Amino acid sequence: MSALHDYFLLFMGAVIVNNYVLTRFLGLCIFFGVSKSLNSSVSMGMAIVSVMSISSIMTWAINHFVLQPFGLDFLRTIVFVIVIASFVQLLEIVVKRFLPNLYKIWGIYLLLVATNCIVLGVPLINAEENFNFMKSLVNAIGSGVGFSLALILMASVREKMEYANIPKPLRGLGGTFIVAGMLALAFQGFSGMIPK
Amino acid sequence: MIAISIVIILVVVGAFFGLLLAFANSKLAVKTDPLVHAVDDVLPKGQCGACGFAGCMGYAEAVVKDPDVPVNLCLPGKDAVSQKIARLTGKINAPAKRLIAHVKCAGTAEHALRIFEYRGVRKCVSANLLQGGNMACKFGCLGLGSCVSECVFDALSIGRNGMPVVNPEKCTGCGKCKNVCPKNVIEMVPVTAAIRVACNSQDKGATVRRNCKVGCIGCKLCEKSCPHSGIRVENNIAIINHAVCLEKCTEAVCIAKCPTKSLQGAVLGLDKVDVVSNRWI
Repeated sequence: MSALHDYFLLFMGAVIVNNYVLTRFLGLCIFFGVSKSLNSSVSMGMAIVSVMSISSIMTWAINHFVLQPFGLDFLRTIVFVIVIASFVQLLEIVVKRFLPNLYKIWGIYLLLVATNCIVLGVPLINAEENFNFMKSLVNAIGSGVGFSLALILMASVREKMEYANIPKPLRGLGGTFIVAGMLALAFQGFSGMIPK
Repeated sequence: MIAISIVIILVVVGAFFGLLLAFANSKLAVKTDPLVHAVDDVLPKGQCGACGFAGCMGYAEAVVKDPDVPVNLCLPGKDAVSQKIARLTGKINAPAKRLIAHVKCAGTAEHALRIFEYRGVRKCVSANLLQGGNMACKFGCLGLGSCVSECVFDALSIGRNGMPVVNPEKCTGCGKCKNVCPKNVIEMVPVTAAIRVACNSQDKGATVRRNCKVGCIGCKLCEKSCPHSGIRVENNIAIINHAVCLEKCTEAVCIAKCPTKSLQGAVLGLDKVDVVSNRWI
């Protein structure tokens, strides 16, 4: 019961309280790049969730079975970069071959994910916090869902902004930054609701 | 000692993933037909979707792989492109009927009644959200030029009278403007269409008269006067059967009969558009 309770708190924490985009400011390039339309942000969210959950399993295994026994924790970053980048590449090849329809939706987003900071950041935080296997997975899925939530919120606002009468200098990225700031402020309201 | 283990681990991890990727790439790679890229290179890359496929690449793929997809679907490319595709794919080329956009409204500020002054965002969609726009006629062109900014071929412009004008030379008939117009005021007609209706209103005659001087009042004079029954009135608006009209008509009596001049004609070689008045002369 208490374990389940812990996982639930970890998940909700990753989705809302410690939302990776809006309170930790990771993955901002995708956040601004892809949030122009709701459709593409949903595809991007799906790509992020799946890539992050699988890559966090792989990085957990490498961290647990290779790096820690040899006392090479300081190699984490560079090894994780290699692992994630090649995993995404591999995933792209496999999806292209076996699920061509999914590839049509995901195609470009997968490549955007490959070198993104949020995909690297979550496994690094998992390793830093010494999460076990299940906790790493839950944290990765939670932060992926949190990222999608932020992306979809942003895309919904931006689609409405298209039709609003915004002062000329703020059209485009300028106004978007302000909206992102407001969203982040709103999410700050959740801070401290779940003890770390 | 640590230096050696760093080198070993990085080499092992790198080599493992490198070999894995190399293996996956050779075993699982999807072979794309080089012909698809050859066809894609021929297409004009407007990505307009007039062919009915998702972009130029989608059409290239379909036309190469599916024997039932004809080569003449690329409207912007016209005959030159369909000939090239036919040569590449070995299919038979049949010339497509060329369509162009036609704005079914002549309700300029002097002809059609405006009920308020619109000062919002200069987009037709936004204007349409505000009580359907500032025209008394709820079917007419709002004149804010969403079609103009949508056109990737630079074929539309706002004329001096405030109405969109189609350049028949540049228009490829892709239909993007038709889809973006909130009033559905744009219709695709054969480029040679001699008679066109310049009104979109489905209101009853009395309402049209009140709102606009040049609207179609659905009087059916054109329908009755046409000897080839190439024109009919439905929902208070004249609809032209262009196939009949182009084939059989020698003298367009309908234009002379029309009491409100909502029929425009380009009969007997007089087929130049007057940009200033937006009328066919």
